[in-house]
Parts: sequence; C-alpha cells; structure tokens
Amino acid sequence: MTATPTVAPAAPPHRAAGGRRRAGAHERHARRAALAFISPWIVGFLVFTAWPILYSAYLSLTDYDAINDPRWVGLANYRELASDPKVARSLWNTFVFTALSVPLHVVLALLLALLLERAGRSSGFFRTAFFLPKMTPPVAVGVLLLLLFNGPYGLVNRVLGWFGITGPSWTTDPTWVKPGLVLMSLWTVGASVVILLAALRGVPADLYDAARVDGAGYWRRVRTVTVPMISGPLFFIVVVNTIGGFQTFTEAYTAYFGAGNSTYSNDAALFYVIYLFQQGFQELHMGYASALAWLLFVVIMAITAVQLLLSRRFVYYEAEQR
Amino acid sequence: MTAATPALPTPPQAPRRGTDVAPLAAPDAGPASRGLRPAGGRRLVVRVTVIVALAVATVAFVYPLLWLVSASFKPRSEVFDNRLVPATPTLANYVTVWQDAPLALWLGNTVVVTVLAAGTVTVSSALVAWGFAHFRFRGRGVLFGVVLATMMLPGAVTLIPTYLIWHDLGMVGTNVPLWAGNLFGSAFYIFLLRQFFLSLPPEPFEAATIDGAGEWTTFWRIAVPLCRPAFVLTFLFEAQAAWTDLMRPLVYLQDERTFTIPRGLKSLVDQFGPGGESQWELVVTAGVITTVPMILLFFFGQRYFVEGIATTGSKG
Repeated sequence: MTATPTVAPAAPPHRAAGGRRRAGAHERHARRAALAFISPWIVGFLVFTAWPILYSAYLSLTDYDAINDPRWVGLANYRELASDPKVARSLWNTFVFTALSVPLHVVLALLLALLLERAGRSSGFFRTAFFLPKMTPPVAVGVLLLLLFNGPYGLVNRVLGWFGITGPSWTTDPTWVKPGLVLMSLWTVGASVVILLAALRGVPADLYDAARVDGAGYWRRVRTVTVPMISGPLFFIVVVNTIGGFQTFTEAYTAYFGAGNSTYSNDAALFYVIYLFQQGFQELHMGYASALAWLLFVVIMAITAVQLLLSRRFVYYEAEQR
Repeated sequence: MTAATPALPTPPQAPRRGTDVAPLAAPDAGPASRGLRPAGGRRLVVRVTVIVALAVATVAFVYPLLWLVSASFKPRSEVFDNRLVPATPTLANYVTVWQDAPLALWLGNTVVVTVLAAGTVTVSSALVAWGFAHFRFRGRGVLFGVVLATMMLPGAVTLIPTYLIWHDLGMVGTNVPLWAGNLFGSAFYIFLLRQFFLSLPPEPFEAATIDGAGEWTTFWRIAVPLCRPAFVLTFLFEAQAAWTDLMRPLVYLQDERTFTIPRGLKSLVDQFGPGGESQWELVVTAGVITTVPMILLFFFGQRYFVEGIATTGSKG
C-alpha cells in the first residue's frame, strides 16, 4: 500500500530524463524490451527451424543411418529419387488423394454452410454436429475407416445396399482404397464449414437484394454474389487443404501400415509422408529421407505458387477496394 | 425531464425517413433479413428441404461416433451388426482392454504431454506476440515475416534434424520432444495472439506508461488479463493438437509404457486389427477412450473452437 506511491513517482522522471538526454534512447529501450519478449522465438527459430533446414539440406547429400557418421554422396540421393518406383508411386497416390479430396471438401463445406445459413435458430445445433468429427483423433478416424468401409460387413456398403448398389471392397481393393480415404476425409469437413458460415454471414444483404431485383434465382445468386464475396476464405480453405493433403499421414498409416513388418502394407495407400517416414525411421535411410523431404517442399511450394497466381484472377478481397 | 429532450428530435425524423425510403426498401426488406431466401409460396417447401438435408447430414456426421460408442458395448460377434443399440450390451470390452493394455498409463502420459504442450505454447507465444504487437523497432516487419514464413515449411523438412537434436540430448524415449519445442512459441499462435493484442484499446497502456509501470508489469498486469479468451483459445487448440498427434509419438517413443493414447491405439490396431488377431471390439473400445476426452474438450470450449476457427478463415 505505502510502497506503491513512493515508487511510482520516482520512476517516470528517471526514464523521462534518460529519454531527453539522448535522442533514440527511447527507441533503444523499446528495442531491447521487444527483443526480450521475442527471444524465445528467436532461440527456437535458430535451433528448431534454421539449423534443421541447413542440416537437412546437408543430410540430403549424404548417406546417413543415424549410427555411423554421414557419408558424402553428392546428388546421388536426388538421382535415386528420380528412379525409385516407390517415389513415383507415393507421389501419384498423394496427387490423386489431394486432387479428389480438396474440390469435394470445398464443395461439401460450401453446401453445408449454405444450408446452415438458412437453418435459422437451429444452426448452432447442426454446426456442432458437423464439427464433432473434427475433434476425433486421426488415429480413431483411421480405425473408423477400416470398420465403416469394411467390404462385406461395413456400414457404408450396408447403406449402399439399401439403394441396390453392391459396394466395393473399399479397404482391400487397390482401386478403391484412395476413394475410401477421400470419403473418410470428407467426414472432417466441419472446420471449413465453420469458416465459410462466418464468411457467408458477412456478405452484405443488399447485394442479394440487388441481384434479386435483377431477376437472379437462388443458384445464380450463389454463383454470382456469394462465391465471389467469400472467395477469400474459399481460397484459404483450398490452400490449407492442399498443403494438408500433400502431408496426409495418420489416417492412412493407422489403417494400412502396421508396425515394422506388417504384411498388410498397401501400395495404394502409400502416401508421400508415409514413405518418407518409413525411409527415415524404419529403414534409417536418413539422408535419402531428407532428400525426399526437400522434394516434398519443392512440390508444395510450386503448387501453392500456382494457386496464388490463380487467386489473383479469381479471388476478390474487399480490402483492395478501399 | 432531461431524458425526454434528446428523444424529441428522433420521432419527427423517423417518419420522414420512413416515407422517403419506404418505397425503395419495402420489396427488399420484405422477403427476408438474410438475402438468400426466395420469395413466394415455395418458401415452405424450401424450408422443409433445408431441414431434411441438414438432418441427413447430421446423421452422416454424428452416426459414425455413435456407431463407435455402441460397438464398444458389444461382444465380438456383434461388432459389425451395425445396430445402434447393442443386442447384448456388455462392459466386458472395457474391462478386457483396461487389463490387456496399459491404458491408464497411456492416458496419464497423454494428459501430461497435453498440459505441458498447451501450457508452454500459450505462455511462450503470448510473450513473443506481445513483443511484435506492443513495440516498434527496426526490423520488426522482416522478423515477423520470418515468423509467418515458417508456417509454410512442411514439418517433414525439419523432422529428421529435430530428431537428431533430441537424440543427441538423450531425450529420445522420453516425452520431452513431444512438448518442449513449444517453449519457443509457435508461429500460428504468435500470429493469432498478436492480432488480439493489436485489437486492444491503447488507453490503459498509455496510462500505465504515465504511471511508470515497467514493461513486464504492463504486459502481465494489463495486456494478459484483457486477452484471457485468446489464451484459452490457444490452449484448447494446442491441447487438441497434442492429444491427437501420432507422428511424433511414433518417432520418439519406443517403450510401450511411455506411449500416448493415440500411439497406444495404433499399437492395438496393429495387434488386434487387420492382419492381427481381429479382436475389433478391443480396438473400438480403445478408440472410444481416445476420442471421448476430445469430445468433452469441445463441449467445454465450444465457443472458443467455433469462434477461433471462424477468425482463422477471415484472417487468412
């Protein structure tokens, strides 16, 4: 009680005097304080990002088994990438999965958000229902995939049977393994629905009114008003899910890849990061796995760059108008 | 008396506005407050269609979870019978899986990792975010650009060297690599918390400066209490990420007793699932035990999850 009043008046003159005495002292003080607050990140960046990037680049030019010292091999790992059939296989699998899942994900999320927008007061309930799968741990999603998409007994084929459709062997027929994984991934669309619903609610109502006056029907209004107005969040979802799609791991690994020497390993579900994990931590080809990581980095960067270029044509940002 | 005077100017104004704008506004405002609703007699049909479609979607999204819970109370022969209510309900699976697998240990490990991961990342990201939000200094823009750029880096690139760091520190096999990286802040949360800090009104901080409060006091006594919801959000997001992660436990944990629950569930899938002993009822039960805490976390922090994710989209 008594300590505070005595300290408080004492401090400001001290600091103010310092500030007046030397120009830039205030800035130097701010800089020092800022760096103190930021220092955890600086340390973490140097140790857990910058150094690993450099070391990974170095390792990719070596043979390294985590026991003996790295042995310099030049570009041999990268040459091997080009001829390794499993790299081609896993890249293809990853492309197919991403190319199927991202568009379906976006369309489904948009449809559900449009429905929710019109649900009135009950929209909160439905939104919760759509979001719950997103809370399910991916390992459990992988388990659900094996059970629900089971060929003879699974729930999915049972439901298809009601409509006279004989469902495929989703989990064992290589043709259907990826479509099964794609469908299962759509189950966790909830976060995107939440994002799009928030975006929909931000679209000014007078735009719809203007479109209606012009005689535009519902779907035409969706196409010409809604989609352009929420193109920013839509694009965000496309980019994030594409990057995520290229790094997909847990669900497929849980369902199709056992510990070490399982016989169940399925080439149709061999995604890129799964192959990288196998090479790095099961085969202990850490040099080769580092080269794999850099190829993944280049592929993701290239695709994101293409998407950014395309976005200039298709994405409307309100801020640009101001 | 005085209350009436400010009210007076409004009534004469209101009707005038109304008559001016009414002819224009009526057709617009009439059909709906939200613009997408079609006018006319089809409205009821549309309304019913919307509700039916939502109900079908709800079943599709919720039923798999109910299926999982239901199957965990079924004997082995009935797991695939796809009945919602078990024909012969039993608790045997829970007893068996609890005895066969060190589930209590796994749950305990996961709670420890989750709390440490979420706690450390919240504190460290808040500090760093405040450094970027409150101070002006040369190089701030560049430095913050680097923070954002690290979000673009695929985890695969740093995975192996990071493993080697923990290996050299003798931490492989412990839970430290699963959370200690969070001591240094995480780009996404730094970005998120910085946005919150920037949205604070400047007055309390100006007042604090005049009072001669130190930088730490300003941060801890004024900024932090004002941003409590943002910290809850960060904690919950990271808690979910830490609880559900499989990759890092796969990389860093070998001894079954150190497993987190998703890693344990994976080992049960390997043991009892396809190619294993086909005791699906045990896998299903462990799956329920892995999932339920996340469902509870959601209902505890629903507002934070929903609003936090909605903000993420608009900021991107």
